[in-house]
Amino acid sequence: MNGLIGKKLGMTQIFDAEGRRVAVTVIAAGPCVVVQRKTQASDGYDAVQLGYGTQKASRMTKAEIGVCTKAGVEPQRVLREFSCSSTDEVAVGALVTASVFDGVKYVDVIGTTKGRGFAGVMKKHDMGGGRMTHGGHSKRRVGSIGQCSYPARVAKGQRMPGHMGNVRVTQQSLKLLDVRGAENLLLVQGAVPGANGGLVIVKKALKKAGAA
Amino acid sequence: MVSEIVQKIGNECMKSDVPAFAVGDTLDVHVKIREGEKERVQLYSGVVIARDGGGGTESFTVRRVSHGVGVERVFPVHSPYIDKIVVLRSAFVRRAKLYYQRQLTGKKARLKEKILTKKA
Repeated sequence: MNGLIGKKLGMTQIFDAEGRRVAVTVIAAGPCVVVQRKTQASDGYDAVQLGYGTQKASRMTKAEIGVCTKAGVEPQRVLREFSCSSTDEVAVGALVTASVFDGVKYVDVIGTTKGRGFAGVMKKHDMGGGRMTHGGHSKRRVGSIGQCSYPARVAKGQRMPGHMGNVRVTQQSLKLLDVRGAENLLLVQGAVPGANGGLVIVKKALKKAGAA
Repeated sequence: MVSEIVQKIGNECMKSDVPAFAVGDTLDVHVKIREGEKERVQLYSGVVIARDGGGGTESFTVRRVSHGVGVERVFPVHSPYIDKIVVLRSAFVRRAKLYYQRQLTGKKARLKEKILTKKA
């Protein structure tokens, strides 16, 4: 099992072993319930489907209800798949707690960033903008977006204003400072995408597999 | 609003032996300093010009004038690097942040001392 579904609770600070002040994000990870076990034989790959939180059956699709009933668990609010090795013995209906991260040093956290609406280029792409005084005519505007008769078109990928935020973002290799299995809490160093209370997926760090 | 769980985790580092001190007080802050393997205590004294935040994340700013140069240090109240805090004097101040002290020197920078009457 390489991850869990959780909720971002908020940020605070703690003092580490050396007495330094560290900003941490508190994540309530799990407890998740195993809803489905996908195997090489039946599905062509190995994975575990986890459920998190309960939900009224009337708010779910029939397919989702079917999966939950087959597993013999309450209707789950969030269903997500996590890869696992074929040798992992995971019983359907079993509870997975934050203690799966015991001994793990780094994690990847996936979340949905806060939506910023239709944002200008200064906010969205960190452009400089024009001058505010002395007759500046492009105060917070894009300015030039290309040349004239050659190439007579705007280059592909030209950064322009538009919707910002509300996208799925993975923050990789964040230090996992503390795992509190009993309370299902994870303390991750630094910031994590999304608003407080937002859904996050925590996985063992992909690029720190050796360090874990 | 801060979640109760988050607040609890932030408050875990709180020390019980921090004396009550306020903005305007003159303090001796005994700071632990690690030099290689050895650890020693250094004294930093000055006037508290601000207290920020609350709970386990609270910090305070101590200002002193050292060799004619103003120096300010910000300490977390519950920092493990602080050995102890000794309150030397208190003063009558009328605001929560004494940033105006940065513009003042000499006699103008004095604070009106509060004479503490001992309770019986």
